[in-house]
Amino acid sequence: MPGKKIKKIEIDGRKISCEKEETILQAAKKAGIEIPTLCHDDRLEPYGGCRLCIVEVKGVGRPLPACTTPVTNNMEIRTENDTIKRIRKNIISLLLSNHPNDCMRCEKTGDCALQGLAYRYDVDGSRFEGEQWDLPIRDDNPFITYEPNKCILCGRCVRICNEVVMAGTIDLVGRGFNSMPDTAFRKPRSLDNCEFCGQCVSTCPTGALTDKKARGRGRAYEMKKVRTTCSYCGTGCNFDLNVKDGKVVKVTSAYDAPVNHGNLCIKGRYGYDFIHNADRIKTPLIRKGDSFHEATWDEALDLIAGRFSGLMKKYGNKSVGAFSSSRCTNEENFLVSKFARTVFKNNNVDNCARV
Amino acid sequence: MAGLATSLGAGAATNSLAQMPDIDALFLFGSNPTEAHPIVSLYLKKALQNGARLIVGDPRKTWMAKRADVWLNLCPGSNIALLNGMVNVILKEGWQNKEFIKKRTEGFGELKKKVREYDLKKVEKLTDVPKEKIIEAARLYSHADKAMIVYGLGVTEHRTGTENAMAIANLALVCGHLGRPSTGIMALRGQNNVQGASDLGPLPATFPGYQSVTDSEARERFEKAWGVPMSPEIGLKSVEMLELACEGKFKGIFILGEDPAQTDPDVHEVRKALSSLEFLVVQDIFHTETTKYAHVILPGASFAEKDGTFTNGERRVQRIRKAIEPIAGKAEWQVICELATRMGYPMSYNHPSDIMDEIASLTPIYGGISYERLEKESIQWPCPAKDHPGTTTLYTDLFSRPGGLAKFMALDHKGSGEVPDKEYPYVLITGRIREHYNNGSMTRRVKGIMELVSEELLEINPEDAKKLKIKNGDKVKVSSRRGNIKVKVKVTGRSQPHNVFLTFHFPEALSNLLTSGHKDPITGTPEYKSCAVKIEK
Repeated sequence: MPGKKIKKIEIDGRKISCEKEETILQAAKKAGIEIPTLCHDDRLEPYGGCRLCIVEVKGVGRPLPACTTPVTNNMEIRTENDTIKRIRKNIISLLLSNHPNDCMRCEKTGDCALQGLAYRYDVDGSRFEGEQWDLPIRDDNPFITYEPNKCILCGRCVRICNEVVMAGTIDLVGRGFNSMPDTAFRKPRSLDNCEFCGQCVSTCPTGALTDKKARGRGRAYEMKKVRTTCSYCGTGCNFDLNVKDGKVVKVTSAYDAPVNHGNLCIKGRYGYDFIHNADRIKTPLIRKGDSFHEATWDEALDLIAGRFSGLMKKYGNKSVGAFSSSRCTNEENFLVSKFARTVFKNNNVDNCARV
Repeated sequence: MAGLATSLGAGAATNSLAQMPDIDALFLFGSNPTEAHPIVSLYLKKALQNGARLIVGDPRKTWMAKRADVWLNLCPGSNIALLNGMVNVILKEGWQNKEFIKKRTEGFGELKKKVREYDLKKVEKLTDVPKEKIIEAARLYSHADKAMIVYGLGVTEHRTGTENAMAIANLALVCGHLGRPSTGIMALRGQNNVQGASDLGPLPATFPGYQSVTDSEARERFEKAWGVPMSPEIGLKSVEMLELACEGKFKGIFILGEDPAQTDPDVHEVRKALSSLEFLVVQDIFHTETTKYAHVILPGASFAEKDGTFTNGERRVQRIRKAIEPIAGKAEWQVICELATRMGYPMSYNHPSDIMDEIASLTPIYGGISYERLEKESIQWPCPAKDHPGTTTLYTDLFSRPGGLAKFMALDHKGSGEVPDKEYPYVLITGRIREHYNNGSMTRRVKGIMELVSEELLEINPEDAKKLKIKNGDKVKVSSRRGNIKVKVKVTGRSQPHNVFLTFHFPEALSNLLTSGHKDPITGTPEYKSCAVKIEK
């Protein structure tokens, strides 16, 4: 394969070897060197839109975008110098010139790439004055809130929808100052035009696209994030449960997940309401005639142990069995398997893997 | 999974999902990943963007079928005929991998003899697929360098489900398309931990790790670890327990996290069995159709409330982590321990990681897996030792059968247990939609999802709709020999003429009142994918 051979490069004085055809951005990331960018997402093809990732390459007379420039042997790269810093400040100032800059009430505060860069480069929205978008919030669907005023036109939502999901829900609509990501004919999102996978939300670097259900339920930095594996289908996607005050309030992408790299479907990203649903069975229940009454764990477990022991005594140990489930954990399945063989002393144990 | 186990050795997917983008030819069979496995479909979409050729075997015009190079829209239940036909073409044209067949397989003679009976004229008649398409599919698949068969429940949920999987293995083996990266057979599993539930042995014939209960050495190992004698007698499958219960010969069942009264086919019989039991315990997170029959209901803990592991469809063992305390106070593993202890067999663990250590000590395929390792990596089994990296591609040099050879299975077309006739002229196919999941107990409690899809819809072809004089949104009665339900209609080209489609997500319109009692004799898997129905306004 071409480009398979090892290349040696230097970033900010550090010697790095690249094993395959990589961009400067990828090589830097692998070495733990951060280059700022707003339009890049590892799940997408390199785009080169925001120009924030420009770097100095020795022997090249102009800055080069790290996200679209492949490394070459013996390349010497500086990720920042005074010129590049100035250019980055300019770009951020321009973005902020048409941005609400209402961070104090914005859902994305604390988790916003634009806010982070403005802080890092000490820029506010006062430098350039010009026309500003004043468009209404769009949330006429169950899951996705769109605040077009906060869009920086990086195109990530459009690209993930078309490149990765191939759903074709949104595209850049309009021209010049009026162009913005939107659905065909600017119709509300519905199952006719959208899968509600929320991939667009997961890639948006600003507060333009947010999870509707989690709005106002806590800032990113207030959440305890717990990495786990989805409990729906057998693909094995990882994600982070966002917990605040003992409640799961949101699911966010785990971008380094081995199976799904931050990608999720409607059920994985938005199907968590059942956890705190009022219908959850909260105590053991024992049948009395046609109805059930609440019981303590001890009452229920004593009753179960007694009844199963009684059945085994009366009808023999082959008269009882257990069903386990492909919904349960490996550890639980192992224990059910062990329970049948050590307590029921038979092999009457099965699971719904067959149905 | 018994099919792949018989042919190749292990009932598991042979490759990794991450290898999918490099596939040259993809044969997607009885699987609708854009709906049922959306994140797997992202890998497959990447493969298509990279130029993979696509063959789809499916009676429904799915997202993938629309984009296929060859769409084999076979009539439901004719999988074996189609696959035999493809193998026949490959052998006739000399497209097989002779060296692979000679070195790594056995039973080729019988297969060759059998598939000779499946000339394309006969196959065309049995499957309704034009022979040109079968030849083209066989050519694309056999000629590719890296070719993968991805199959779903459309293959296994037939009365010939096990044999269907064997027929798939036959096709892959004839072409030598196994044991290499991006080349193999991937079975997509319907539920999060189907693989793990099979691996860890809540099965009547095997201990954890597929060790047979009839093998005295295996029994000895477990007797030594667990300190009590192990029964050498193969136990009863769930369907057998229920059948005996109907006859009054089976008395008590503990059901953990299952809803057979809604999700099993022919639910009438299941409900009769459950109500015949003297004692039924059901542990679940919500009330289900099955809890109605329980004598004691125990609350379950959701995946957010406990530590543990799931094993995904590519044999990858991954952690789930406790984010909140169990809402009812206890997780299932604690309940099982307490119950066993009460019944005279003391069982206790400090943490699920201790259970995993016991699993590793008794289950060679999980031998090298521990929570400590899972903090840093996820591991695909077989992983026999602490320093083993796990296995991304199975069968790179040997199959896990005696002698290391894969086995060809000579198979006959049997068709569906119930075929359409004058009275019940339509074939009902059941399956999933993207927004909902199984019995719906989780997704129907997500408000936004219910706003999007609030009820069952019968998918019917425009031609049939015209014939029946029904249109979008009309309410119809769908009946089979076992029952009837009333549902609204969605007219769509996704269903082919004479086929209709329902999900099984809604208890108000329970499609499993209609499905037949036919099942695979080897695994007991029901024939969800095909039964005969009639439709009335």
